[in-house]
This record gives sequence, C-alpha cells and structure tokens, in this order.
Amino acid sequence: MKWIDYENAKTVDEAVKILSQSGGKARPMAGGTDLIVQLRVKDPRVDADVVVNVKDIPELNELSYSTTKGLTIGAAVPCHKIYNDSNVITHYPALIDSASLIGGTQIQGRASLGGNLCNAAPSGDSIPNLVAHNGVATLAGPNGTREVAVEDVCTGPRQTCIGKDEILVSINLPNPGEGFGANYIRFIPRNEMDIAVVGAGVSVNISGGKFTAAKVSLASVAPTPISVPNAISALVGESVGDGPIQNAANAAKEAAKPISDMRGTAEYRKHLCEVLTRRALNTAVERAQGGK
Amino acid sequence: MPAKTHVTTTINGEQVDFLCEPRQSLLECLRDVIGLTGTKEGCNDGNCGACTVNMDGRIVTSCLVLGVEAEGANIETIEGVADGSNLHPLQLAFLENAALQCGICTPGFILSSKALLEQNPNPTEHEIRFWLANNLCRCTGYDKIVRAVQDAAKRMQEA
Amino acid sequence: MTTADYERNMVLSSVDYKVLGTRPVRHDGADKVTGRAIYGADFDASGLLHGKILRSPHAHAKILSIDTSKAEALDGVKAVATAKDFPQTGDKSIEMGEDTTKLKWLRDNIMASDKVLYAGHAIAGVAATNPHIAEEALALIEVKYEVLDSVMTTQQSMAEGAPLLHESLTTQELGEDSGIVSNIADHFQHSKGDVKKGFEEADVIVEREYNTAMVHQGYIEPHNGTALWSPDGRLHVWCSTQGSFVVRDSLADLLDIPVSNIRVTPTEIGGGFGGKIPIYVEPVAAILSKKTGTPVKIVMSRKDTFEGSGPTPGSNIKIKLGAKSDGTITAAHAWMAMEAGGYPGSPVGAAAQCVFAAYDIENGLIDGYDVVVNKPKTAPYRAPGAPNAAFGMEQALNELADKLGMDPIELRLKNVAEEGTRRVDGPTFRRIGAREVLEAMRDHPHYQAAKKSGHGRGISIGFWFNIGFDSACNIAVNKDGSINLTEGSTDIGGSRTSIAMHAAEVLGIAVEDVRPSVVDTDTIGFTAVTGGSRTTFATGWAAYEAAQDVKRQSIERAADIWDVDADSLDMEDGIISSKTDSELKMTFKELASQMSDTGGTITGRAAVNPKGVGGSFAGNIVDVSIDDETGKVSIERFTCVQDVGKAIHPSYVEGQMQGGSVQGIGWALNEEYFMNDQGNMANSSLLDYRMPTSLDLPMIDTVIVEVANPGHPFGVRGVGEANIVPPTPAIANAVSDATGNIMTQLPLTPGAVLDSGK
Repeated sequence: MKWIDYENAKTVDEAVKILSQSGGKARPMAGGTDLIVQLRVKDPRVDADVVVNVKDIPELNELSYSTTKGLTIGAAVPCHKIYNDSNVITHYPALIDSASLIGGTQIQGRASLGGNLCNAAPSGDSIPNLVAHNGVATLAGPNGTREVAVEDVCTGPRQTCIGKDEILVSINLPNPGEGFGANYIRFIPRNEMDIAVVGAGVSVNISGGKFTAAKVSLASVAPTPISVPNAISALVGESVGDGPIQNAANAAKEAAKPISDMRGTAEYRKHLCEVLTRRALNTAVERAQGGK
Repeated sequence: MPAKTHVTTTINGEQVDFLCEPRQSLLECLRDVIGLTGTKEGCNDGNCGACTVNMDGRIVTSCLVLGVEAEGANIETIEGVADGSNLHPLQLAFLENAALQCGICTPGFILSSKALLEQNPNPTEHEIRFWLANNLCRCTGYDKIVRAVQDAAKRMQEA
Repeated sequence: MTTADYERNMVLSSVDYKVLGTRPVRHDGADKVTGRAIYGADFDASGLLHGKILRSPHAHAKILSIDTSKAEALDGVKAVATAKDFPQTGDKSIEMGEDTTKLKWLRDNIMASDKVLYAGHAIAGVAATNPHIAEEALALIEVKYEVLDSVMTTQQSMAEGAPLLHESLTTQELGEDSGIVSNIADHFQHSKGDVKKGFEEADVIVEREYNTAMVHQGYIEPHNGTALWSPDGRLHVWCSTQGSFVVRDSLADLLDIPVSNIRVTPTEIGGGFGGKIPIYVEPVAAILSKKTGTPVKIVMSRKDTFEGSGPTPGSNIKIKLGAKSDGTITAAHAWMAMEAGGYPGSPVGAAAQCVFAAYDIENGLIDGYDVVVNKPKTAPYRAPGAPNAAFGMEQALNELADKLGMDPIELRLKNVAEEGTRRVDGPTFRRIGAREVLEAMRDHPHYQAAKKSGHGRGISIGFWFNIGFDSACNIAVNKDGSINLTEGSTDIGGSRTSIAMHAAEVLGIAVEDVRPSVVDTDTIGFTAVTGGSRTTFATGWAAYEAAQDVKRQSIERAADIWDVDADSLDMEDGIISSKTDSELKMTFKELASQMSDTGGTITGRAAVNPKGVGGSFAGNIVDVSIDDETGKVSIERFTCVQDVGKAIHPSYVEGQMQGGSVQGIGWALNEEYFMNDQGNMANSSLLDYRMPTSLDLPMIDTVIVEVANPGHPFGVRGVGEANIVPPTPAIANAVSDATGNIMTQLPLTPGAVLDSGK
C-alpha cells in the first residue's frame, strides 16, 4: 500500500473540514472492509492520500427509532449492531436480511450499511433493501446538510452523488406503517461469503387485500443497483396474488441489463431476476400479512 | 517519509505501546511490529479469517483494521486464549477432536468459536457453521472443527 | 438401520495393536492451538529485509527489456534481482519431488528470461526495508513486452496454427522425438489386449467427452521463504515446504552451488496438498540475500499464490467403454489431454495409471497428451490427474450401468480389480482393497437408505497408487526411557505423531514418551517429499526400523548386564525378559537409566526406500438436492469409504478422508480458474475462487477399510490422496440422477446445471 495519512475526526464539522482541505484526496472510513482492500490493491477509483476515521463521530453512530421519524441509522453503525437492535427486530425485520449476509461474522463486526452505500458496488447487498425501505441519506458538506433518496445516491460503479468534501451522516428509513413487508435475497453459489450474482430487495404495503405501494430494486444487474418502476406498477392497485407478483418478476427480468462475467452469464442473471423477485415478493407479502 | 504514529492499546490484558505507519494493518502490527505471530495471514482481504482477533468484544479480520485504529482498543489474540498454562476448553477440544491438520487456520477458528460460545453457549450445528463461514479451512472439511466446537460448548457448560 | 443407529465414522479393522489405531493428542498440538508454532511467514532474523516479486500482466509475451534503475534508486530498496542474476547453467533434467523437469524450464518459471508464458509469471524481485516499499519499487520497474497471442485450453493449444509457447519444443511421440515443433510436449500410449476386438464383442457401448477446469490446492498459507546467503558461501533457507530436500537440491541446481553449501530448515507448513513441492520464492530470496548480505524474506500474496504458483490442470477427456449385456467390460479407451501450464509436465502420466485401475479390463487403450498452455505451470495436487480421469471414467460407468439396467455398484463389483489383475498401464496388483471398498459402500446405511424425494444420489470410486521413496529416521534414547525421534518429513497433518506411533509400537512405550522432531537438511538423511501419500508409509517405516535398531541394542545391553546370550532375551510391551529364566526381567525405562554405565546412549537409525507400496481405493456415496429454478446444488449427505491398509491414527485418517472429500466437493461445484479474454485470472481471491465454507457442507461420514498392505510391516497403504478422486464424478452422477442430464463439464456451476437440460 502507498503511504496514507490517518485522521480521526470527532465531529461532522471536523470530518468535512479535513475532506474539504484535502483537494479531493481524502476518504472517510467507517468499517474499512472495502476501503482498506481497495487502497491495498490500488483500485484506481479510490485514490486517497488521507483516510478519515468517522467512527468516533456521535451522529454517525446513532441507531434510533421513533414512530414519527422512523429509523435513523448512523453511517458508521456496524451490521452486528443493526441485527441485534430491538427496534430493527420489531419494526424493520427485513433490514436484517442484508445486515446478516454482508461478509461473514468478522466483517459484520466492522462493516456498515452506510459504507456499503458509499462504496456503491453494483452488488451492494444493503442498497436494494434500503431502497425498498424508502431510505433517505443525509449528507453533510461545507454548505450544510442535504438529503438524497438512497435510490439516487449511486451513479456508477464505485461512484455516487456524494461530493468529495461531503460525508454520509445517516440513513433514515421512514416508519413503514401497517401492512408493510419487505425482503432482500440474493443468489450466490456458496451459502455465505460471496458477491451477489443477483440481489433483489422488495417491499409491499398491503391494505384491504390490495397492494397500495411497492418497491423493487435489483443488485448486480447494472452499473448501479437499480429500481424497477414497471415492477412497481405491476403491483400497485392490484389484488394480492400470484398474477401481479409474476408480472412484477417478469418486469424485473426485463429491466435488468447484466453483463456476463465469472459470476454468471447475462442470460442466467436475467433469469435469476425473475426468480429472486418473485421469491422476495412472496416473502414480503407473507411478512406484510403478519408472517415472520 | 512522514513520522510513524504512536499507538497505545491493550493486548491480551496488557498495555502495549507501538509505533506504526498508518498504512499498516493491525495484522501487520501484531506480527511484524509487536511480534505476536500467532495471528496468521491467508488472504489479506478479509475472506479467509486466519487473521481473526477479538477487538472490543467483536471478532474482526485484523487485515481489515488499520493498526492506528487499535488506539485505546482492547484486543485479544490467540496468544491470550489460554489461562496461563491451562488451555482453554476450545483449545483442548480442538486437540482431542483432531480439529486441526496443518494448523494455520486454527488460531482464527479458535478466536471465532470463542466469541460464538461467549454469546451462544449451546449453538446448533447450523449456528456453528453459519458463524464460522468467514473462517476457511482447507484441510479438515470442517467436520472435526464443528464437533470440537460442540465438544467445547459441552465442556464449558459442565465446568 | 437408520442414520442415528450407526457410527458416523466406522473402522472396519482386522488387526489390533497396542499403540496403532489409538487416537493420542498430537505432539505439536499445544503449539498450534496457542499460536506458538512458527510457520514460514512467522520466521524472523536480525536485519531482515522484505522481498516482493513483479509479475507479468500478460499471458504470453516476449520480454524486450527490463529497466530496474528507478526501483533501485527508491529509498529503502536494497537490491533488485532478475533472471540475469541466475547462473545460466546447462539444461539437464532434474528431480522435483514427484516429477522431473528441465533445469531451464524450472529456472525460467521462477524468473522469466526471454518470454513470459502466463499472467503472473515472475519478472523481477525487490528487497527493501519493509514490504510496502518493496511493493512501491515493483511499480517503478519498467518492462517492455511484445504481446503475443495466447492459448488457454488444450483444445486451443493443440489446434492447427496455434501460437507456440516454445519454439524449440518438439513432441515426444510414443517415446520418440518426432521433431515436430508444437505445444504438445508428449503423446504416450498404454495398451493391453485388442481394443478393436473388445469393442466388437460389446453389446453396449458408451462414449463421451468431458472437460474439467484448472483448480488450485487452496492451502490457506501462501508460499514463503527466507534466505540468508552467508559470506562464507553457506546458504540457509527457512520455508514452508513439503520437502526440505527438494528445496535444497533444486536450489543447488538453480544457483549452481553444491548441496553441501545449502541448509534448508523446514518451518511449520500451512497446507500444501502437492502445491508446496515445487519452489518459487526461495531462489529469489537467495539471490537477493547474496546481493545484500542480509536475510531476505518473501511471502506471496494470495493473488501471487493463485497466479504464480502451481495449480492442477484443466483437462479434455474422452472415454469409450464397451460391455457385454451381463456387465462384463470388453474394452475401454481413454483419451486424455491435460494442461501442463507454461512448461511441460502435466500429471497426465499419473492420470493414465489411475483411469482404469479399479477394473479388470481385458482390452484397454490409454492415450495421454501433455500440452503447454498460457497458464501457470501446474504442480501436484492430491492424486494429481486422477480426479480429472475419474470424472470421465466414473460417469461413463454410470451411463453404462443405466444402459444395462444394473446397479452402479454391482457393475463395478462385476469388473473390479483384485490381487493379480494386470492394469492397462502395465503393473500387476498385489493385494488391494477395491472390492472391500465397494462392498462397504453397498452395505452402508447411506446406500441402503431410500433417497429423499427430489434428491439425486451418486457413487464413484477412485484410485491412487501411492509412492515409497527415501526416508530417514534417528532415535536417541533418554535416561528416563523416553526417546527423541528425528525425521525429515515436514508435518502437514499430524504425521509427526503417526510416525512416532510406529516407534512406540515397536518399543512398547507410550506415544507420549516419544518426542518427534522434523529437522533440517543438515541434521537428517535424505528424505523425500511429504507427498504421494508416502509419509506415514515410508517415514513411518523408517521409524519402525530405527526402533527395531534400538530394540536390538537394548536387548544386547540387557544381555551384557545379565551376562546372558542376547538370543535368549526378548523385548515386548516395553519389557526385556529372558525366554528361559523368569527372574530376568527389566523394563525399557530401567534399562535406559543404566545406559551411561553400559556403553552410553542407545541411538537407533534407519534409512529406507521401501518398494512395497500399496495403492489405495476410495469411494463416495453422495446425495444432492438441486434448486430447480437456480440450478444450485447442495450436498445433503456425503459418505467417504477408503482402504488405508492400517489406520495408524484413525482421527487423522478420517481427517484426510474428510478433507480430500471436501476439496473434491469444491472442485465439483464451484472452483475454477476463470480466465478473461486477455488470459488473466479474473477470480484470484478467496472471495471469488469459491472454496467451500463450513456452511456449504454436511458432516462427512467416513468408513475406514483396512485391507493390510503386504508390503508394509503394519500394513499401511497411505491415505492422503485417493479420497479426492471420487467426489467429482460421484457428485456429477448425483446431479445426473436428479436432473436426468449427464454432466460433462466441471465445475457444476448453478448456471451450468440449469442449462444442462437445454
């Protein structure tokens, strides 16, 4: 690894100041499970001279819930805190689908959903799930804070709309309300420790036997995780049942623009989009209707 | 070259001070700076688990932690698992169940298994396999490792 | 009988011993569970420099120039080495543990001189004050290449007009130099009987082509080596190796210095499976140490380990079998081409010794092709070549059984090789256990149990011939009656203890009273590699002989003390006694306490090169489930049966069987060198090279079969390798059983399984 400097920011303002003064050559680090590897292998997309630890900043460690504000997940909160959190278990159980499958136990001791989002891998396992939960990212920069929907954060592989002088402070998931169910599943050849060949994050709101809202988002089938508007429109307003779910799954397959690589051919991945979207929606419906 | 950083940390219950470059991982610092070579490197990207240590109560792959992050931390390595000359039940169980062949992955497996049993004293086979999925072993096929963890759990509950 | 009713690990044994067959804690165990054991990368020396190696980004290119000046100028860099620093000595053939190779090929593989032949091929080495600086220096070395077209498979490499890797390589055609320049280094044949006639006599014929991908041994510890070239001309190397004497002898050839000037100290070794027989970084560390006068340590990264060490080949195999309607095989033809990597020397020769070995085949023909391709030079991997061959042969047999309407185990039993069977490749078997393995499989509760709905079941057997070779052992008796045992087989999986158990059995002492040590090349007689399933067999035999030497001398000492004829005494269970006078009795411990007064320490020694090698057969029963929407295969139940001759330490024998089984499962389902269009390995990490995790597997049930090898004093055959042979075809057969489609390609990735019906 080339020489790096290490800064330990204690406040959001301090972190932003270091980033602003680095000429674009500083990177915030939470769990570091992606960043350290990227620096080590000299990933050209991650050219940093300074690493800024953000794990000591209080706002980035927040994990709180209220009925009005929903769930606030500080950007540096590691996965294990998320799946052991009673509010998450009670109100956002589907979030655990992602938090418990990013890396293995050791990675989950460090890796954060915020880092997963900022890393902007096409395969990021938390991103479709955060999208399915209507997540909103709070960014802080020299000109104050701003909010961006999670589904608009990633702009390309390892590229985001987050400025080089900004940090992700937290992700807010609004209160999903009654009749909500979500699910994230991915397909990998092993049972753990793998990059998604395809990932599907979905959510539904069900009221009076009809889908009143839905989200379908896919990983590993395009340069960024993508949302599938046609899948949503295939569901919303329809009665809960296999027909609309199948139509949504077909729309997911249609929307996917995967490449062929060592993880699978484009054709196979498109096929998996259909399978995984259908399976995830079935689980989400089950959860929305009170199942686990 | 810029100056090294001074780090004060606690390793296996003892305060340790060391100097490191910010680019050095905790794994490098343990092995090359402090001389604790029981923690092993197998991949240097977090996928084999050979470098597993316990940091502030959670297991981490020390190749994905910077040495400078150890400041103020409480770290447990394989060298600190035995109680003086008394082996930990997991160490005994690994030996008596032949749960190691070459032994390079063993320190990582013991650190991971210890953390598991501390939070789940009676894990199922599936829970053991899930928890240990970030630790690769190429010699044993895991069968005897899983049995050793089950055996250690039994010993610790009986103790 | 249900699953719960039987022991998950059975031993079918006929002979009982006092020490052999027990399960003591290994002697090196405490060090290995406390982090105290010193592996290669743990070694430190005063003034140590760290080395790194620059590797080719191209799969095939001419090296036009290498400019190291900027790297040498970097602060902290102490030396740079390239191929020019190696003595350009003649081109003799040299022994490499299990293989022979040409010196120029070995040298060029360690550091490319005129051409690079695979992405990852070493170009230059740097020694610096820390590894990060060494790595920075690599980026400053300027190499100019002329990139050439590359070939990645045997099919591409053997095609008319394929780019040539070696302009001087001519094909050995049936033992003669054909003079034809090509990528085919060798074509050989074995034949028996009249194959044409055999196929004419057949009622049923099956014929199919199979392909397998290149895979890696996947040991968790990367290659490493530390060298100190002292001003007195002595070179001392510390490294993780399967054979310290191979390292010594290879270094002597490469560096053109006498073996007497080289001392190799083997450290603890973190897995090898054959891959740590060849040397890679040690000579580079030696050259860098010579240049700097200080010790230099080189540790490969995981990427280096995938791209710059020696995997096992991908292969293209065609099997044709003919049989009578009663199942008698009338003829068999195997055509096998294997990737050697950049330099000749694939394991196709070994594959030819194994492909038909389990069966008594009257008319057989084996064609083998050793083919160079632009991938890393292959190295041994656990029964090298045999799993590739079995993937074809054992699937073809199941296809044959299907056509004949026979149970696949019954078909195998109908044709099974036994004592006296002559193999197609020549040798005639002594007592072997192929039948016993098949019968144990047939009678096993797993095979007797009904398949679960939707599951597929497959079976297979496999063979590895095992090897003997040189081993040495010394024993010194301590005054308390314990013994110090020194030997030269590096211990990858508990062999210190299995070797010590041989000595304990002979002397009638507790295995805890044996202190076994693996020592350096200055301290023990030549001992061949820990490979070929030979360690417990051959070094165990050396320990047996050395203990017999101690026993003989102990009896002589007692005879002196009692002033009787040594012939009148015996030693059993650690007690020396008279055959005629019941008053004369002394324990070995009592004798040991009197050694000083009776002539000094008793030392025993032995060196052996045993010829009584006994091959080993292994078999699997495997149940799989398949997600019919994704094609993902899950191993639901797995049983491994193996004839090991005699299980010295059954726990570590089971461990070998389980470990080999799981490597086979990885090979079957997910592992492969995935080469991109530029000939680079796209998945050179442990994230993307998907070895099985604990969560991917069930328990691996074992049945140890003990058909004593008549060529070993305790009947040992060796256990390390045969167990990796049956998994790939057994799993393919199970997938075929579940899907109805024959699986002709490894790995059985989910996409491939899903597409298999199309």
